Amino acid sequence: MAGRSSALTWTLAAVLFAAGVIPILIPSMATLVVLILAKGIVVLGIIILLQAGQVSFGHAMFFAAGAYTAGFWGKYLGVGDLVAYLVVGTVIATVLGLLVGLFVVRYREIFFGMLNLAFSMVLWSLLEKLFHLTNGADGMRVPRPTVFGMVFSPESFQYVLLYLTLAIAIVATIAVQRFLESPTGNMLRAIKSNETRLEYLGVSARRILLIGYVISAALGGIGGVLVAVAQQIATPEFAYWTKSGEFVFIAILGGVGNAMGAFAGSAVFELVRFYASAQLANSWQLILGVVLIAIILFAPNGLIGLWKRQRAARDES
Amino acid sequence: MCGDRHGSPVPDLTSKLRVLMNSTLFVLASLDGLSYAALVFLVSVGLSLIFGVLRIVNVAHGSLYAFGAYLAATLSLLVTPISPWLTYPALLVASLVIGIVAGGLIERLLLSRVYGREEVLQLLITFAVFMIMDNLQRMIWGVQPIYAAEPLKLLPNVSIFGVSYTSYQVIVLPVVAVLALFGLRYFLRRTLMGSVILAVTEDREAATAIGINAQRVYLITFIIGATLAALGGALASPTTSLVPGMGTEMIVLSFAVAATAGLGQIEGTAITALAIGMARAFVIYLQPEFEVLVPYLIMVAVLLVRPEGLFGATKLRKI
Repeated sequence: MAGRSSALTWTLAAVLFAAGVIPILIPSMATLVVLILAKGIVVLGIIILLQAGQVSFGHAMFFAAGAYTAGFWGKYLGVGDLVAYLVVGTVIATVLGLLVGLFVVRYREIFFGMLNLAFSMVLWSLLEKLFHLTNGADGMRVPRPTVFGMVFSPESFQYVLLYLTLAIAIVATIAVQRFLESPTGNMLRAIKSNETRLEYLGVSARRILLIGYVISAALGGIGGVLVAVAQQIATPEFAYWTKSGEFVFIAILGGVGNAMGAFAGSAVFELVRFYASAQLANSWQLILGVVLIAIILFAPNGLIGLWKRQRAARDES
Repeated sequence: MCGDRHGSPVPDLTSKLRVLMNSTLFVLASLDGLSYAALVFLVSVGLSLIFGVLRIVNVAHGSLYAFGAYLAATLSLLVTPISPWLTYPALLVASLVIGIVAGGLIERLLLSRVYGREEVLQLLITFAVFMIMDNLQRMIWGVQPIYAAEPLKLLPNVSIFGVSYTSYQVIVLPVVAVLALFGLRYFLRRTLMGSVILAVTEDREAATAIGINAQRVYLITFIIGATLAALGGALASPTTSLVPGMGTEMIVLSFAVAATAGLGQIEGTAITALAIGMARAFVIYLQPEFEVLVPYLIMVAVLLVRPEGLFGATKLRKI
């Protein structure tokens, strides 16, 4: 068991190394890798909630909160600093997560999912309709920020963004993995397996779920800032329900048992989208839909589950 | 959809309210709301029925609505040269074809494999269907808006309290919705098949033990729900231009209606659809930019107070 988990750690190291090195060889990949990592960070949050058996079909609201932090900053305060975007975006997403969380953690399963959906759709409508504040459906442009006060050219900025994102992704992955292995993480899993028994232990299930919810909201905000900066725009679509569905999709695709699943899923998702929309005009959604069905029916533990199963088979033979 | 008739913008909300109350605008808004509510009800009640029996929220429900609309428009345009009156049966045929073929395939090939699995997997498999159908829709019908208003134009306008409105929207649509409501009530409460469906919903194991084929019940229920969604789309097609994304919007709206009413509540869905349809229509005349916000605000407000919905039964906590 220990050997296998360290093998996983090594693979993680190798994958993250690849994420850092490939874009140097192929510069056009830099933004794509940033998107993969940033969405992976958001999906880490989804995985936390899935540990408790709860599906949020509205997590895009935190993603959008982070993205629009950068957007509003650019429109009202002028070009800002990436670090400031990240800090403020995370704080806003966390506060929003706490506010929404206080309501939604009282509910479970479909009601939990529905309420999240409703809140995110309220945010989406506001972003789309408060035209004079948010530019409506056109979205808000996010000008290239400085980093630690330094100004970069577009070419070097994409690498700065890449390595910053990579660093955040590594820290977030380790932190989430630690969290899931901590007593609180175990209690979070107990919400899924037997919530009543958890309550009999004298633990407030709502409080545990709220902790998980707020952390996942913060991760959503970080991912939102990074994607908005990488794509230089924040649009209401960031808060739409299909975006929330996409995050849950990536979580299931990668496998929810392990924090690394987030990045495996995100990589496959974005690569399929990138290459399928380039090669097979307008059929990436179709392909991803079929992939998702295949994963659900034949590999419910996701890509990481597949990989583990294969390793186990190899170890036996 | 039918709310683009509001007059010149009046700056002050209270004066707008006065205008609305004292004029034909009030009647106009009510009629807008009524025709809209009829369509929303058809789609939402299908979603609610499927959830009530299968315990699955069908994310692809909006796609069935969109497919119903597109196929109805295609068939309508096809038969119009022969006789424009054939467009009415065309609407019906389109919804049946989509409901039975697409609905049947989705249930048999996919949903039947995930019953009893984790909720997130059930939800996501319908999300996958949504992605596939959304893509197919663009491939088949393209992204240019499609118009097929023949059925709307065939029927004369009617005058209600001095307001002239298409009888298709204020008579045909509400009548179909009411027929669907009473039809469903009758089917579920007065027929053998309906009793069988209720039995499976109450206690699947006991129902199976007395020889009921639960698989078949699920298939039939899903087909009925899918047909209602497609019927909503088919009936909506003459009143609006068909654009990509129409299903994506409808699914959240019907979620909002079904969840506000309480999932599985048929009569409650009708009342809620009417309330949300009316609220939306009035907001369009008062504050058009908040039109899309209305259903979700109502949903949040209701779910926060009563998570089981306005008409849902309170579930006892399982120990």
